[in-house]
Amino acid sequence: MISVHRPRLRRLPVHAAAGVTIAVCLFPVYWMVVTAFEPNRDIQSDTPRLLPQTWTLDHFRNAVAADGFGLFWRNSILVTLSAVLLALAVALGASFAVARMRWRGRRAFILMVFIAQMAPWEALIIPIYIISRDTGMLDRLPTLTLIYFMMTLPFTIVVLRGFIAAIPPELEEAAQVDGCTRSAAFRHITFPLLAPGLMATSLFGYITAWNEFTYANFLIIKHQDSRTLPVWLSSFQNVFGTDWGATMAASTLFALPALAVFLLLQRHVTAGFAAGAVKG
Amino acid sequence: MSVTSERTAVHPPPSRRPARLPAAPGRAARPRRTAGRVWPYLLVAPTVLGMLYLLVYPLARTVLISLQDFQLRQLIQGDARFVGLRNYATLLSDPRFWQVVRRTFLFMAVDVALIMLFATLVALVIERLGRIGRTAVLSALVMAWAMPVLAATTVFQWLFHSEFGIVNWALKELGFASFDRYPWFAHGPAAFVILVALIVWQSVPFAAITLYSALTTVPAELYESARIDGASAPRIIRTITFPLIRPIFMLVLSLEVIWTFKAFVQIWVMTNGGPGDATTILPVYAVQIALASQRYDLGSAVSMITVLMMATVLVLHFRQLFRQEGEAL
Repeated sequence: MISVHRPRLRRLPVHAAAGVTIAVCLFPVYWMVVTAFEPNRDIQSDTPRLLPQTWTLDHFRNAVAADGFGLFWRNSILVTLSAVLLALAVALGASFAVARMRWRGRRAFILMVFIAQMAPWEALIIPIYIISRDTGMLDRLPTLTLIYFMMTLPFTIVVLRGFIAAIPPELEEAAQVDGCTRSAAFRHITFPLLAPGLMATSLFGYITAWNEFTYANFLIIKHQDSRTLPVWLSSFQNVFGTDWGATMAASTLFALPALAVFLLLQRHVTAGFAAGAVKG
Repeated sequence: MSVTSERTAVHPPPSRRPARLPAAPGRAARPRRTAGRVWPYLLVAPTVLGMLYLLVYPLARTVLISLQDFQLRQLIQGDARFVGLRNYATLLSDPRFWQVVRRTFLFMAVDVALIMLFATLVALVIERLGRIGRTAVLSALVMAWAMPVLAATTVFQWLFHSEFGIVNWALKELGFASFDRYPWFAHGPAAFVILVALIVWQSVPFAAITLYSALTTVPAELYESARIDGASAPRIIRTITFPLIRPIFMLVLSLEVIWTFKAFVQIWVMTNGGPGDATTILPVYAVQIALASQRYDLGSAVSMITVLMMATVLVLHFRQLFRQEGEAL
């Protein structure tokens, strides 16, 4: 905006900085994918090639054929989806109550949600481990689902509240005047308008739950079949040792869903995230 | 309002309509019956219950365990004894603990300073780009942002691999022969640097995109009039841009401080706190002594101290947040 009328030469530093930014952001991602497709002799050569000349799918075959890959993939999907859907359902009610209704304790509730959004999950590992152990919830996927639900819920409420507040209540009132019940008005008028909001928030929840490592690592100990992909990936190196091609192939397979979703919904991401995380 | 009354004057309303109309232009929704007053509480009940069981209860449990003698035996038999502040006393007199605290602050300060510096620069650059350039940079940022923590951590381990890592190769090609097969993860400071690089790489996208969206809210007329008055670019940034985005800047800053504690995952996977203690920060330390040496009581005490530290930052964060959107609450 500022420098539209400036001569080309003076914009050179800006373009150079933009180029460096792009390179720094993309290189690790690029290098992961390239290594995953390179044959071992190129990976372990003294001069790495920035552009691989021969391509191979061997590493992906190794990664997919590794023990339990399909199972952990399924576990991750299961936990992620159920946590996100649960959080959406619960958050929809709560954010409607916050954005559209006046009641005592509303401000206190909002404050609680804001605090919960910043919950010190990294400092709660020990008590949650002990509680799960005492209640027989160790090594079980529902435990993870509940925790991921709680991790994503506050953010979901905050963002949905913003989206619901942005929809003029007059629309619902008009429907009610025309004889709709309040819940029908919400269902037919507000809910469809919420679609972008639901999209942005479920995206966030999906990414959070998909990536979560700490609790998956410390709460699933004995029952190896209940492990999720992040834990699998972290132990992959121990199993495969120096097979960096296979490790990078596994990373790629793990990162792919997240990268794809982000790229597809980029516009929602940049607008929705910034608005939700900071402006409420 | 006038439209409504005109309309009602022309078309006589059905019998139940007048009762509703007075409520419509006022507050968004006013409870009409007792049943209506229960609804909001029913709607937020699941959220409140979830928070109570999954956040408040574990936190209370942390406090309790940190005041007990709670080791492996007590975990199995459940006969923990109350010992007052003994665990805290043990910790505070342990030089290793203070070392970890100092390291935590250093890690936090370096991370946050670098993140804010790079994020501000990137945001300013994006603002000065044309449409295509802007989309390209934003897409690249989103890609880095979308990269799962575990995948990014694994890739960084590969980038800095001592034998076949591309970083060592590049440094060697640039003439730093000492980096030939340099084992990054065997040296404390080097491992620390890699972790900082990883955290900064992962955090800058969010901060930069948020700061950029704050920059777009600065009215263009302000810049125009400043330029007409002959202000230089650095002066415009200092006197117009920065004061206007300051609230968002402070919000991002406090978020980043709090999020430094999330570096637990990267540290645990990459170095496990090592080599030695070189990358052990408070959350890592807590889990190490709790789960590795079965001192759940000491670990909980460390967790409590971490929570208190985070709470301090959090209070500052919320003051900023509420100043920012006081009327929205």
